[in-house]
Amino acid sequence: MVDTALKRGRNAVVLSLHIPEPEGRPGDPADFSKIKLPEPGEVRRPPIEVEPAEIRDLAFTLIRVLDREGRAVGPWDPRLPAETLRQGLRHMVLTRAYDDRMYRAQRQGKTSFYMKCTGEEAVAIAAAQALEFDDMCFPTYRQQGLLVARGYALVDMMHQVYSNARDPLKGRQLPIMYSSRQFGFFSISGNLGTQYGQAVGWAMASAYKGDSRIAAAWIGEGATAEGDFHNALTFASVYRAPVILNIVNNQYAISAFHGIAGGQRSTFASRGIGYGLPALRVDGNDYLAVYAATAWAAERARSNLGATVIELYTYRAEGHSTSDDPSRYRPQEERERWPLGDPINRLKQHLIAIGAWSEAQHKALEAECAEAVRAALKEAESVGTLGQSRPSAKEMFEDVYKEMPWHLRRQRQEAGV
Amino acid sequence: MPTMNMIQALNSALDVKLNDDPNVLIFGEDVGYFGGVFRVTEGLQKKYGATRCFDAPIAEGGIVAAAIGMGAYGLRPVVEIQFADYIYPAYDQLVSEAARLRYRSAGDFTAPLTVRSPYGGGIFGGQTHSQSVEALFTHVAGLKTVIPSTPYDAKGLLIAAIEDDDPVIFLEPKRIYNGPFDGHHERPVQPWSKHPASEVPEGRYTVPLGQAAVVREGADVTVLAYGTMVHVALASAAEAGVDAEVIDLRTLIPLDIETVQASVKKTGRCVIVHEATRTSGFGAELSALVQEHCFFHLEAPIERVTGWDTPYPHAFEWDYFPGPARVIAALRRVMEG
Repeated sequence: MVDTALKRGRNAVVLSLHIPEPEGRPGDPADFSKIKLPEPGEVRRPPIEVEPAEIRDLAFTLIRVLDREGRAVGPWDPRLPAETLRQGLRHMVLTRAYDDRMYRAQRQGKTSFYMKCTGEEAVAIAAAQALEFDDMCFPTYRQQGLLVARGYALVDMMHQVYSNARDPLKGRQLPIMYSSRQFGFFSISGNLGTQYGQAVGWAMASAYKGDSRIAAAWIGEGATAEGDFHNALTFASVYRAPVILNIVNNQYAISAFHGIAGGQRSTFASRGIGYGLPALRVDGNDYLAVYAATAWAAERARSNLGATVIELYTYRAEGHSTSDDPSRYRPQEERERWPLGDPINRLKQHLIAIGAWSEAQHKALEAECAEAVRAALKEAESVGTLGQSRPSAKEMFEDVYKEMPWHLRRQRQEAGV
Repeated sequence: MPTMNMIQALNSALDVKLNDDPNVLIFGEDVGYFGGVFRVTEGLQKKYGATRCFDAPIAEGGIVAAAIGMGAYGLRPVVEIQFADYIYPAYDQLVSEAARLRYRSAGDFTAPLTVRSPYGGGIFGGQTHSQSVEALFTHVAGLKTVIPSTPYDAKGLLIAAIEDDDPVIFLEPKRIYNGPFDGHHERPVQPWSKHPASEVPEGRYTVPLGQAAVVREGADVTVLAYGTMVHVALASAAEAGVDAEVIDLRTLIPLDIETVQASVKKTGRCVIVHEATRTSGFGAELSALVQEHCFFHLEAPIERVTGWDTPYPHAFEWDYFPGPARVIAALRRVMEG
């Protein structure tokens, strides 16, 4: 058949199917040589009124503030008070301590499932600090930092992870699929990407009501391939919705490297360009850069200028979840070689560089956070872990509808609960 | 009292709610300036302004996702999916999101949206403008599914659906938008104006969700129907000379089981009719429920008259549509049984 096609003379070459491959697999050295990094401070910061068409280049570069020595440089430096930075550092350290402890709890058989955000803490926490408390967040499963930064009680997160009698979600949701209207944290869906268009709808509602609040959504680079992502960008663009559309590019969708979502052809930020949306590509491990980009996008949204797409370039330092083993599909040493470092170390280095922090203080902070997690865990486990304690089985039938219809009442009787 | 066809009655329901409640807004493909391909939203943008009734991109998944977000904010969006056949891109948003939001957030977030969509056959719409999709939604915990069969019910049910705090799939039998089609496609169509249920009050009233209507009392056999098939069932019963009790379910979920079982226990016979394909159709659920609730009162096997288990075929509209000949045959079979 091939020969026949060539004989017909239609094609210069035989057609072949392209399957993208990553730079390395297990056993290979970690190779990040193809990642082009502009110098920190190099990328310009346009005024928020800028026409999206004038800043298309910002979708292909990388906004960085922290340099190698931990100095904040360039126009994107948000010039935050040291106290805000120390709060940010504390939220990140606490989130990491919480993740580490809950991961162990899953390994100890205390729950069925857990997901860490290790290495991606700045993505959620800097954003939470740049937003107002009552702005509505539509997260994926890796933005637990939003809850930590907004002061949601760790013990309530643990009750949820343990599906115990005090689980705020009454034992109905997979661990880590938190929800809290009070803390502006939309119910997490396990179906990827669905929250993106909902965030746009929420933002449209806020604009419709003449409200001042905005919405922010997060999606993984892998899930940008979902139709929901493109629907959301269309709606955000058409109705100029006051929403920040974050794409967390942590390089991996479970085992599939970013190229399977189209990351070798163009940046994920550049997806926004076709929709006429301003798009920023940001070092997601640089707390200051994430804060500054979020603040820029938030100011645009609050000024009725509409949505902004932000790609947060980061690295998933650990497995996708407790059900995953990244050593089976990626080079072992990638985490150490990631050229943009670790968000906690970098903010710590910056605080020390400006004389607002010390190694001793950092050690004390780590101990304090570990203790906070330990105390919360003790309280949560006094209620019970998965299987030891659970909400009333009656809860299985509640909240399907506002009022329980006859068929569910009957089934509840049949279940004997 | 004014006389309305079903389109006018639906338009009136939307008008009432837009007027009553600033949190109600409408969007969908072509619903804004143009007023919708079936004219259900005609004049609403002009009367209430573009932010209350506007056009949406051709992205059903995006339409429903936006409506869910608006619902979570506190609005009561009413969205139109231009044909029920186009609803599948929104299926994940409806099934995984709207239906489960209250449950998975323990009541913290809700999605009180209404999804209106013309459905059903009888208009030579071919495969992509004729489908009956109700069973895809009645199977989903957390959704309510409503199908009116008259202008009066259409308005009252739509207002009830918009005011309901749960997501409602509101399917409009487009074959009877303009008149109560009884399945006799060879005869001229009767306009709604000759039907008593075309008398529709101007203002607000509701027809509660979850309540069926006995549209014809009878002693011999119960016919369970909804949408266009209510009118086919009524005509068929009259022509068959069978004293049938015809029940218009109006709401499929939650189902009015009490009305159904009271009737079947009285008549001892049951024929279920719907346009949708038979296998795993809503008739299967009805059949199982009748068997569970009325087994010792049944004097004949339950019959189902439905669309065939094929895609909706353009040239064979009337071979596919479960018209009076097939309903009459079923009525006769159960009476002999």
